[in-house]
Amino acid sequence: MSFLEYAPAPESTALLNLQSEYGLFIDGEFRAGSDPTFSTISPATEKRIATIASASTADVDAAVAAARRAYDSTWSRLSGRDRAKYLFRIARLVQERARELAVAESLDNGKPIKESRDVDVPLVAAWFFYYAGWADKLDHAGLGPNPRALGVAAQVIPWNFPLLMLAWKIAPALAAGNTVVLKPAETTPLTALLFAEIVQQAGLPAGVVNIITGAGSTGRDLVNHPDVNKVAFTGSTSVGREIARSLAGTSKKLTLELGGKGANIVFDDAPIDEAVEGIVRGIFFNQGHVCCAGSRLLVQENIHDEVVDRLKERLSTLRVGDPLDKNTDVGAINSAEQLARISELSEIGEAEGASRWSPACDLPSEGFWFAPTLFTNVSTASRIARDEIFGPVLSILSFRTPAEAVAKANNTPYGLSAGIWSSKGSRVLAVADKLRAGVVWANTYNQFDPASPFGGYKESGYGREGGKQGLAAYLAPAGLPSRAAERASGAAEIDSGNAEQGEAAVVAGAGGTAGNADSAGTTDTAGTAATEGDLK
Amino acid sequence: MSRLAVPKTYKLYIGGKFPRSESGRVYEVLGASGEFLANAAKASRKDARDAVVAARAAVSGWSKATGYNRGQVLYRIAELLEGRRAQFIEEITLAEGVSSSEAEAQVDEAIDRWIWYAGWADKYVQVAGNANAVSGPYFNISVPEPTGVVAIVAPQTSSLVGFVSAVAPALVAGNTVVVIASEALPLSAISLAEVLATSDVPGGVVNVLTGSPAEMAPWLASHADVNALDLVGAGELDWVQLQIDAAETLKRVFPPESGPDAATPSLARIVGFTETKTVWHTKSLI
Repeated sequence: MSFLEYAPAPESTALLNLQSEYGLFIDGEFRAGSDPTFSTISPATEKRIATIASASTADVDAAVAAARRAYDSTWSRLSGRDRAKYLFRIARLVQERARELAVAESLDNGKPIKESRDVDVPLVAAWFFYYAGWADKLDHAGLGPNPRALGVAAQVIPWNFPLLMLAWKIAPALAAGNTVVLKPAETTPLTALLFAEIVQQAGLPAGVVNIITGAGSTGRDLVNHPDVNKVAFTGSTSVGREIARSLAGTSKKLTLELGGKGANIVFDDAPIDEAVEGIVRGIFFNQGHVCCAGSRLLVQENIHDEVVDRLKERLSTLRVGDPLDKNTDVGAINSAEQLARISELSEIGEAEGASRWSPACDLPSEGFWFAPTLFTNVSTASRIARDEIFGPVLSILSFRTPAEAVAKANNTPYGLSAGIWSSKGSRVLAVADKLRAGVVWANTYNQFDPASPFGGYKESGYGREGGKQGLAAYLAPAGLPSRAAERASGAAEIDSGNAEQGEAAVVAGAGGTAGNADSAGTTDTAGTAATEGDLK
Repeated sequence: MSRLAVPKTYKLYIGGKFPRSESGRVYEVLGASGEFLANAAKASRKDARDAVVAARAAVSGWSKATGYNRGQVLYRIAELLEGRRAQFIEEITLAEGVSSSEAEAQVDEAIDRWIWYAGWADKYVQVAGNANAVSGPYFNISVPEPTGVVAIVAPQTSSLVGFVSAVAPALVAGNTVVVIASEALPLSAISLAEVLATSDVPGGVVNVLTGSPAEMAPWLASHADVNALDLVGAGELDWVQLQIDAAETLKRVFPPESGPDAATPSLARIVGFTETKTVWHTKSLI
């Protein structure tokens, strides 16, 4: 038995109390969908976990109508202070059910339990906790006094961080005073449905949060629904483009968090041990199913061979396998479809002349698996240097000067993330200035925090999630006339439906004013209560 | 005996130079009472593309300049405008048929708006950016940076105020601009370009096209090297199609505005064409 061999240490699934079938969560209750159901499976075993409802166009209508009613009758009339308390409740319930959520996430998504347990779920709680505190402090969000909510938010999220993306979307939306209809990805609906139970436990007014499951067509119905005021999407650039096109000419506010091809730049004065760990974290974290993954490694030429050798050594120690095993480093690929895409692009990489390497590893016979893979001798023109692979595949390129590193890093239509490894602070800051990317990690990679804005330049999308910038994505300044109302009076094509929205928004603005004024005198009390809660 | 006047030739402003349209086309600009004022260049698709090339080439220098420096360069424009008040007042009087006191008020407003924006150049980062208190040993800061090349359809019913109100905010953050002037009221825009040409604004930072917005805007909206699109003056065009074209490269888009409040000065017009960059750096544990 070598030092790498461990006895299996699987996390127990006994604490899961899953239903065999889940409906749509609309207006505070689960109900059957009108379209044929589908199964969600474990990508590690291909076994069915649960049967999931599919929302038809009529179901989407019902969900949006429930969100609109909740917005008009309750949520927009509630004080910021009370919205905050609901969000704090959710944060606490997530913490209480953290292990269960982590197991469910790893089961449904295929990610290692140590990641869902130590990264995803703690961040989910942190996201709700952070935005909870904003709900009664919106005057300080940077939009001037008394900013107003937008109304009903339609949110469509991907399968790579199912529950975390839900938190990124729902927490700021509710804090700002919107109600939401969220559609989780087709392959990973499970934790969103458990979250619906948490919403019930928190006693959130019916219709404030609605979760509808289904395939791409459900998402399309949702974002194109005429009674939606805000659309937030995380996913591929091609779908983002389609949404931007379909929303042209409407008054819906749109934020998009799309693909990336992040450059991770290693200078010859970098702390190599940390850099190697950071490179591994950058691309093999979550099987590389990360939009901000450091999928292009740019190494200074004089240390190229050393870094590649050390990486190969490190990759040989990665444990690929059962996502529920606490020792697993790399889990299962989320779907057969994604596995096919990763395999195809890797074959193209070889065909285009790059050298492929993977450590020896035994992959399970069932489920979807892909061994961690490195490509060296990669040309900047190769598809594996340009296309988002969204898998555990690293393309390694080299550079000589900082200027060349910057030019290569920026040579992409994407602009989401980048990494810099160097011991020289002045160089780090100068390179960070020149990178056209929304998030730059220096001597670290793939760090996330609710206080830290995240989002892209160029074709990686627009808008930010996290921080006060993330809150602004769900607010409009009080002073500006509603664009919906403006359009309704200007454009004949847009009918009275939007005029109503415009009026609703104005009314909501007035409600928000009252709410904020109400909370202004008591902010201290609420703040103290929250702090005390934390200290316990 | 009165002196025979010397009329001005109005040309395009691209890359710091004043070319005629490569197409050789001009169109008649008429005064409010229908009299001939000038032949303005009717810019073509090729001119629009040349303007984008010039704007792209100017991004690096202009965006790298310090906010303090950009603020001074922009303030200098206001100084030059002030010195040319009489020329702008006369142009506006002829073009719009307003009284000279009304024209004077417009020029004053344009200059004052320009100064207001100039003053933001070294401040907007502090207001729109912030340090982030993350849960870990990291230095973490978010700052807005310019989006890049901004294409603008200037307000169509205003000679100078609308043009200034659309162009100045995009410049403050370090973006470069390709702007389609008002089709009917283009003369003040070209005169402003002459001011820019004699100022310290580098060539290519502002590029002014005159001619048909309906003809040129689609090329700019679909141009892959344009990062953002301000449709403030595009209300009479098929602006929904322009938004659809802009979605192909996920451009940031401002919608059309109408009425006297169009492009009212606001910090949002500056920050709307910026990108927030968040930088994390480890702190050692000591």
